[in-house]
Amino acid sequence: MRLTLTVNGEPYDIDGVAGTESLLSVLRLRLGLSGAKNACEQGQCGSCSVHLDGVLVCACLVPAPQAHGRSVETVEGLAGEDGPHPVQEAFLACGAVQCGFCTPGMLKATEDLLRRCPDPGEAEIKDALAGNLCRCTGYRHILDAVRMAADRTRALEARP
Amino acid sequence: MTPYPPHTPHSSGSRRTPGAVGDSAPRPDGPLKVRGAFAYSSDLEARDMLWGTTLRSPHPRARILAVDTAEALALPGVRAVLTHRDVPGRNLHGAMVVDQPVLAVDTVRYEGEPVAVVAAEDPETARRAAELVRVAYEVLPPVTDAEAALAPDSPAVHADGNLLRHVPLRRGRAARGEPLTADVVVRGVYEVGMQDQAFLGPESGLAVPDPDGGVTLHVATQWLHVDHDQVVAALGLPREKVRLHLAGVGGAFGAREDLSMHAHACLLALRTGRPVKMCYTREESFVGHVHRHPAKMAYEHGATRDGRLVYVKASIVLDGGAYSSSSPAVAGTVATCSLGPYEVPDAEVDVRVVYTNNPPCGAMRGFGAVQACFGYESQMDRLARELGMDPVELRVRNAVAEGSAVANGQVLDHPAPVAELLRRVRDRPMPAPAPPEGAHLARTASRGESVVRGVGYAVGFKNVGFVEGFDDYSTARVRLECDGGQARAVVTSAAAEVGQGVVTVQAQIARTELGVEQVAVEFGDSSFGSAGPSSSSRQTYVTGGAVKAAAEAVRARVLARADRLLGRPGTATGLSGGAVTGAGGQVLCKLADVLGDEAVEETVEWHHRPTFPLDPHTGQGDSVFQFAFAAHRAVVDVDVELGLVRAVEIATAQDVGKAVNPQALLGQIHGGTVQGLGLALMEEIRVEGGLMQNPSFTDYLIPTVHDVPPMHVDVLELADPHAPYGVRGVGEPPNISSPAAVAAAVRDATGLDLPRIPLRPEDVAGLTGPAGSGGR
Repeated sequence: MRLTLTVNGEPYDIDGVAGTESLLSVLRLRLGLSGAKNACEQGQCGSCSVHLDGVLVCACLVPAPQAHGRSVETVEGLAGEDGPHPVQEAFLACGAVQCGFCTPGMLKATEDLLRRCPDPGEAEIKDALAGNLCRCTGYRHILDAVRMAADRTRALEARP
Repeated sequence: MTPYPPHTPHSSGSRRTPGAVGDSAPRPDGPLKVRGAFAYSSDLEARDMLWGTTLRSPHPRARILAVDTAEALALPGVRAVLTHRDVPGRNLHGAMVVDQPVLAVDTVRYEGEPVAVVAAEDPETARRAAELVRVAYEVLPPVTDAEAALAPDSPAVHADGNLLRHVPLRRGRAARGEPLTADVVVRGVYEVGMQDQAFLGPESGLAVPDPDGGVTLHVATQWLHVDHDQVVAALGLPREKVRLHLAGVGGAFGAREDLSMHAHACLLALRTGRPVKMCYTREESFVGHVHRHPAKMAYEHGATRDGRLVYVKASIVLDGGAYSSSSPAVAGTVATCSLGPYEVPDAEVDVRVVYTNNPPCGAMRGFGAVQACFGYESQMDRLARELGMDPVELRVRNAVAEGSAVANGQVLDHPAPVAELLRRVRDRPMPAPAPPEGAHLARTASRGESVVRGVGYAVGFKNVGFVEGFDDYSTARVRLECDGGQARAVVTSAAAEVGQGVVTVQAQIARTELGVEQVAVEFGDSSFGSAGPSSSSRQTYVTGGAVKAAAEAVRARVLARADRLLGRPGTATGLSGGAVTGAGGQVLCKLADVLGDEAVEETVEWHHRPTFPLDPHTGQGDSVFQFAFAAHRAVVDVDVELGLVRAVEIATAQDVGKAVNPQALLGQIHGGTVQGLGLALMEEIRVEGGLMQNPSFTDYLIPTVHDVPPMHVDVLELADPHAPYGVRGVGEPPNISSPAAVAAAVRDATGLDLPRIPLRPEDVAGLTGPAGSGGR
């Protein structure tokens, strides 16, 4: 089938997509956007988290045809023209990145949380990240990073 | 809620280079990783690339009667189907014992053993072709019980029998053949299930055929050079025609010490003349790497009435699975760590690792020390109960210190603050009591009336680095050059960055020794000298030692050049802030002026102090160059009716010698502790009849953010005089004592014996036993 979609603001028109393909496969193999990771193929680990029309999804669970005519945002679209996203900065500053394989999904889940909830408490943060597995960090530095990102985002938005 | 740690640039010493040893220097690969632009092995692509896949045995033990590849080859888009007949070199691999076929010949010994490999134009075609390879098996009854495998009438997994290694250990009266007796004796049999490393980045890589008839493999691994040796042997090519490069590694934890797709992808690339990518699925990853050895440990501890250990007897059987992998070394570690960090005059320990038709087991973080710690620490709690003594006091009373001998008879010649680590976790204030109504166990059905709090302690230890006489060295090259008027250093080594941060540490060491801020770290490929593996908590020590030595050699040459330039021999004494300095710290000249266009470069192969074999009859010998220690206190809330456990807080104390990068160090301690929490409470590969029951993240559970409690980390920095900067390996200790501490806390809450981890809800609720796991 022919698939038309927008990824990080760029329009794409792709021919020959199989109906059985996942959105993750389209992003990684057809568009060369390998930021979203393939780690479990079952929606269990969150490494492939992207926004689909503003809703956080596991791209491995979305059949490619479902993305037709829709807008996708991936980790590659997180940084703005004026530099990294506060979530990216906070993950680096707090030592929340080790092997980094979970990082793209963690960043997207955190961005999603802060869009919905600018001043999250511990329970809200944990609920937001519960679908994202990390094997390296033990999550403590990731929790630090989410709090720092929330603080920085609110500080930026409070600026006149 | 605790605030996030503020960013604190290093403060001590005005001349100290920012980002030097002791600073929480940022990871050089961090910016790429947060942009999604870091190239992991599974992200690699090449023009005209084919996809490889592996056909695996569905049986744990079978004879292969025939393999027919015709149908698979006939499928459009298929470019090659290879079996053992297509392996031009040695069809066996193994990092220690060469016993594992690259592709099975006439026998398969575990479920998932590779039988054939396929290359096709796309992954789906490759998978379909693999299904079309017809293999006729004669299915045989598998050997699935490690103890039964030792019986004389057991079928043999390998021709030379099922005993893979036996490490006997005899000390004191046991060595003299005298009976072991004591006033107080406690016995227990303990078991540890099969844990998986469960890294997130699947086994993957890209093999590219070269015009010279050779091949270049980009692969995620822990040690390029040991892989290189095995791939070269399998391909039957001259060494220089096979090149291995490190691709981005998505976690390792021991599971990348053995070959996975390495030789297969190279064979396919050489056959087809096209680049071949292989990337395991998650299910395939579970069968495609080794696991932590399941262990059954019968312990007997004898003590005086006032709580002094007199003797330990132990018989420990490890299930090695179908191939040897690192099993011989794991058995040695179990023996050397079998008594715990305690003074034990007499010991009689036998460790046996056994071939079965279960999934192969090998290296995982902690490498046998984890299982032993669960055994001896469970015994220490049992002994404390028997004596009516505080469990921490009993441990402190028997703790080793510098000057003590451990199980292999080796006298500790570096700090060993075991008693202090225990006191530190004990003396931390306890977390607040459980809120009423069990609100904190929100995800249970209970209203809290059956929630009981428990507290458990454990202390553990393990060797850092390779042992038993293995010459475990690393190679580093350091170049100091002038780049656009600024001095900068370039460090090269083949140390595998697997997430732990060895790339950061190398840069920090160069900054420390050369006084320059700008440092680039380059990855050497298999043609560069070996760095040894990213295993056994050794890279900061060993590759760190190599970088330090190379940088010191560079500095000596630069200072000599500066002396000549200044015309005053002996005046240049140091490098700092991009300048050459004198004895008083005063700037003599700019480093860039000394360097000019002539870079200074040194390569050093650095060896740690030698180690020696274990005596084959007594297990005695100075086999270890450094031991590392950590203690944990776990506080848990247990719903004793539902069998649910929630960790409330974990406190840990660890001696690290020198905190090279405090933030990365904390990350290691958090991560290792949580992997131990997972082993205690949820992580087990269930194997029935040799068949893996749960090879997915749906069915093999690892801790999520909800499972992780607040952690308090107490870091001691008692320098090891033998180690560069006094460092002590840090990666494994957090993983060694946390499972035992968590299990002890659950026992404290429930009053159950709980001799097996992971603890299942039915065990914790007391529904299993009496001889089984839960018996009250």
